[in-house]
Amino acid sequence: MTLFRAQRKRIVAALPATLALTAPFLLATWSASSQAPSNPQTTTTETTPRTPPATQPAPPREAPSVGLNIVILDPAHGGTDLGARGTEGIRESEVVLQFATQVRRALEAQGFQVIQTREGNENPSFDDRSARANAQRGAVFITLHIASTGLAGTVRTYVMPESPALRDPSGLIPWDQAQLPFEPLSHKLGDMVQAELARRFKGSPDVAQMARIRQLRTTAAPAIAVEISSVSVENRADLDRMIPGVADAIAHGVAAFRPSYVVPVMPGTPLAVQP
Amino acid sequence: MNQKWPYWLGGGLLVAVIAAAIYFPALRQQVYKAKNITEKTAEQARRELLPVVPVTSGEPRVKASMYWGSASSDGTLVPVTIELPLSSDPTLRAKELLNTLLAGPVDPEARTLPPDAALLAFYILPDGTAVADFSEALATSIPSGIQSEQLAVASITRTLEANVPQVQRLRILIHGQEVDTLAGHLDLTQTFQVSMSTAGNAPSRSGVSVLTAPIQKAIDKMKRATKKQ
Repeated sequence: MTLFRAQRKRIVAALPATLALTAPFLLATWSASSQAPSNPQTTTTETTPRTPPATQPAPPREAPSVGLNIVILDPAHGGTDLGARGTEGIRESEVVLQFATQVRRALEAQGFQVIQTREGNENPSFDDRSARANAQRGAVFITLHIASTGLAGTVRTYVMPESPALRDPSGLIPWDQAQLPFEPLSHKLGDMVQAELARRFKGSPDVAQMARIRQLRTTAAPAIAVEISSVSVENRADLDRMIPGVADAIAHGVAAFRPSYVVPVMPGTPLAVQP
Repeated sequence: MNQKWPYWLGGGLLVAVIAAAIYFPALRQQVYKAKNITEKTAEQARRELLPVVPVTSGEPRVKASMYWGSASSDGTLVPVTIELPLSSDPTLRAKELLNTLLAGPVDPEARTLPPDAALLAFYILPDGTAVADFSEALATSIPSGIQSEQLAVASITRTLEANVPQVQRLRILIHGQEVDTLAGHLDLTQTFQVSMSTAGNAPSRSGVSVLTAPIQKAIDKMKRATKKQ
C-alpha cells in the first residue's frame, strides 16, 4: 500500500556523516560525497593511542562540487502504458521519447550531463525514475508529458504545491516526501523554464502551475513536469514542429536556473537509500 | 382415398405458407428490436445496482455554485450558479452536489468528470475530512494528462468548498481502494485541502495532509463493503 511505503524503510536520508557511516544500507554514492573529517573511525584512532592507527588519518577530501551539472530527463509512460492517445493514433509514450532526444541535445549543448530514465519502450516505476535523480548530487529532474487536453500549441510547467517543512529530529526524509526540501528550488526552476516556454508558445501561462504530481513527490531534487498540448492535434506534424522550441526553452530555462542552484540546508547530504 | 393425398399435402403446404406470411413481419420486427438493444457494460450494470441517492425533493431549492470548466479560458474552472433541492445534512448535500457535478453542465465541453463515473459512497468524518469513493470510470474514462486530472479534482474540491462548509479536506478513493494516481499523473495518496478556513491547522496551498487514523478506519470500512458486493 502506497500510503505506508515508508514502513518498507524506503527513505531518502539526510544523515549526519557519523550516523551514515554506521548504516549498512547506504549506497556507494555516500563515499563520493561524504566528508572525511567527520568519520567516526578516524576520531577513534586519534583518541586511543593504545592501538596505533595502521594508516595515517586520511586528509580531508575536497568537498565535491554541488553546482548544477546533471539533468535527469524522464520521458513519461512507456511499455504497456501508452499515456494519452489521440484520435490520429498519436501515442504520448512515443512522442515524449522524440521530445526527450531533442531536449537532451539542447541541454548537452549548454554543458549539462543528461541521464534519461528510459531510452526505449520500457516503463520504469515512479520510484525507479525518482531513484535515478535521488542517487545524484547537483541534479534537476524534468518529466516530459503530452496532454490529452488543452489549447493546441501551448506548454505548461508544473511543480508540487508548497508543503509544510519537515520536522524530523532524526534528519531522515521519508521517500514518500522526498520532494519537500526541494520545493522552493523546484518553483524557481519551474518559473524560469515556463518563462522561456511562454516566450516561444503563445497562450502558455507565464509562470509554473501547481499540481500534486505523483512522479515529483518522491524526487529528491528540484523537479518539474512539462506538459505539451496535445495528442488531440489533427496532424502529428503540429506536435513535431514544437519539439525544437520546447527543447530550446527547457535548456535555456535550466541554464538560467544554474546560478540559483544550491543544495537545501540539511544536516547532511541527500542520499538515496533503498531497501 | 389414395388418390386424394396430393390434395391434402397441397392444402397443408398452402396453410403453412399463409401462416408463415402472416408471422414473418412480426418476426422481422422482433429482430430489429433485438439489434437495437446494446449490451450493458459492467459499469452500467454497477450503476443500476447502486443504492439510489436519497431524494431531497422535499428540500427547498437553493442556489449552489458548481465548478465546471471554462469554455473561454483553457484549463480553468468557472462557478455556475444553479438551483438545487439540497438537504441541510452535509453528507446528503455533498452527495447531491457531486452527483450533479457528475451529471455535467449544459455545455458538454465544460465537463470535468467522465459521464459514466459514479459516486459510490461519501462520508464526512468528525474532523471535517470527507472520503469520496468513485467508480473505476473516474480513473479509466478521464482524459489522461496533468491538466485534465487536476481540473477534475479541483472541480470537486471547489464545489464542496463553495457549498458544504463542513468539509475541510477530501480523500478520494476509486472503488473503495486507495490508488497512487487518478489516471497516471495526479497524486491521490493524500488528502486535498477543501476549506481554507483551516489553514492554521493544515497547509494552505498544498492541500496535503497526512492520513489520519479516522480516515484509515473509514477506508477500511469501505473496503469491507466493497468485498461484500
